[in-house]
Amino acid sequence: MFSAQQYVKATSLQQALELNQKRSSAILGGGCWMRLGKKNYATLIDLSGLGLDTIEETPEEIVLGAMVTLRQLETSPVLAAAFGPLFARMTEHIVGVQFRNCATLGGSVVSRFGFSDIITGLLALDCEVELVQKGRVSLADYVQMPYDRDVLARVILKKNGRRAWYESFRNTETDLPVLNCAVSCLNGSARVVVGARPARAVMQEFGQMPSEQRLQEMLDKTEFGSNMRAGAEYRRQLAGVLCRRAIEQVKGDAECR
Amino acid sequence: MQITVTLNGRRCTDEVAPDMTLYSYLRQKGCYSVKCGCETSSCGLCTVHFDGKPVLSCSMLAVRADGHSVTTLEGVEQEALEFGKFLADEGGEQCGFCSPGFIMNVLAMVKELPDPTDEQIKHYLAGNLCRCTGYQSHLRAIKKYLAAKQKEAVR
Repeated sequence: MFSAQQYVKATSLQQALELNQKRSSAILGGGCWMRLGKKNYATLIDLSGLGLDTIEETPEEIVLGAMVTLRQLETSPVLAAAFGPLFARMTEHIVGVQFRNCATLGGSVVSRFGFSDIITGLLALDCEVELVQKGRVSLADYVQMPYDRDVLARVILKKNGRRAWYESFRNTETDLPVLNCAVSCLNGSARVVVGARPARAVMQEFGQMPSEQRLQEMLDKTEFGSNMRAGAEYRRQLAGVLCRRAIEQVKGDAECR
Repeated sequence: MQITVTLNGRRCTDEVAPDMTLYSYLRQKGCYSVKCGCETSSCGLCTVHFDGKPVLSCSMLAVRADGHSVTTLEGVEQEALEFGKFLADEGGEQCGFCSPGFIMNVLAMVKELPDPTDEQIKHYLAGNLCRCTGYQSHLRAIKKYLAAKQKEAVR
């Protein structure tokens, strides 16, 4: 468990950003991952008083506050209407309902964990993050950026009719994924995302839904690693199987044939 | 820091450290049903209801509960007893260490899913580990409990 000297419930994003400039500060998400560390924080910054726990829909976008929980993503009718079962599939195996009622979207996105189900799923969509200092940045760029002291306020999804499917494999229910992947399509072109390699997710765009050969070329270029959950070769095999399953699902969608 | 929490229906105002977990706070308030089993945010033993939703009290800070309502097993004695009978009848209880968290999650599930399928039950309760009596006895107990509740509702 971590320790903290001070707790501040931020009254504005600007205040949160200012407080977060010190290396001894941290933004408090759900606390599920943070509690596993033993760090000593001078200041914990809580964003829970800023109304960032909502999923809002505009004609072009869906705007998700950083404090939206993983369970909200899983059960949101707005997200289900826009993206089918994508959000339910990418959240439903993350520990349990109680955990998902605590863990936040912001915490998952900022951490950019290699094993992240959330990052892999979001990368399949046209997704931006809204940072208090830097403004809007595409998620694809954000995952490449180094960790810094900026504050993530919102995640924005474009409502452009993109269809997506999510697959993951776990050694046992509620464990971290051994491998995950997401495939999406928009106006005939496709995107394949492979994560939990176990390093951070990688993605590739295709002019059309990739053939067996094109998919194999992508996976041949993709690096896979070994850890306590699985070896690199096993992950490579899994990636092929899961990507093919996801491609079949997306192809089954009338919009993507 | 001063917090005011509606704990099991009673308003409590207390001084808490900024890094105190909700779990430690609840134990301090005498809610000994709440246990910490795994220290890794994954076993579900510390489950309580936060504004009616099941959460891990081990991962949430007490300061977050300021202005909110928290319910532990001590606050739902009647319902817990009712379901506990089904659990005992199916042999779903041994040492009982994981039972309070499990029962709290079952009660949350019943509110959220009035008529769940077996798959939905398993899925909702996946975050409750331990269960030394096996998962089958729990599933039987829940199904019989739900059936009895439905019968009651029809009456």
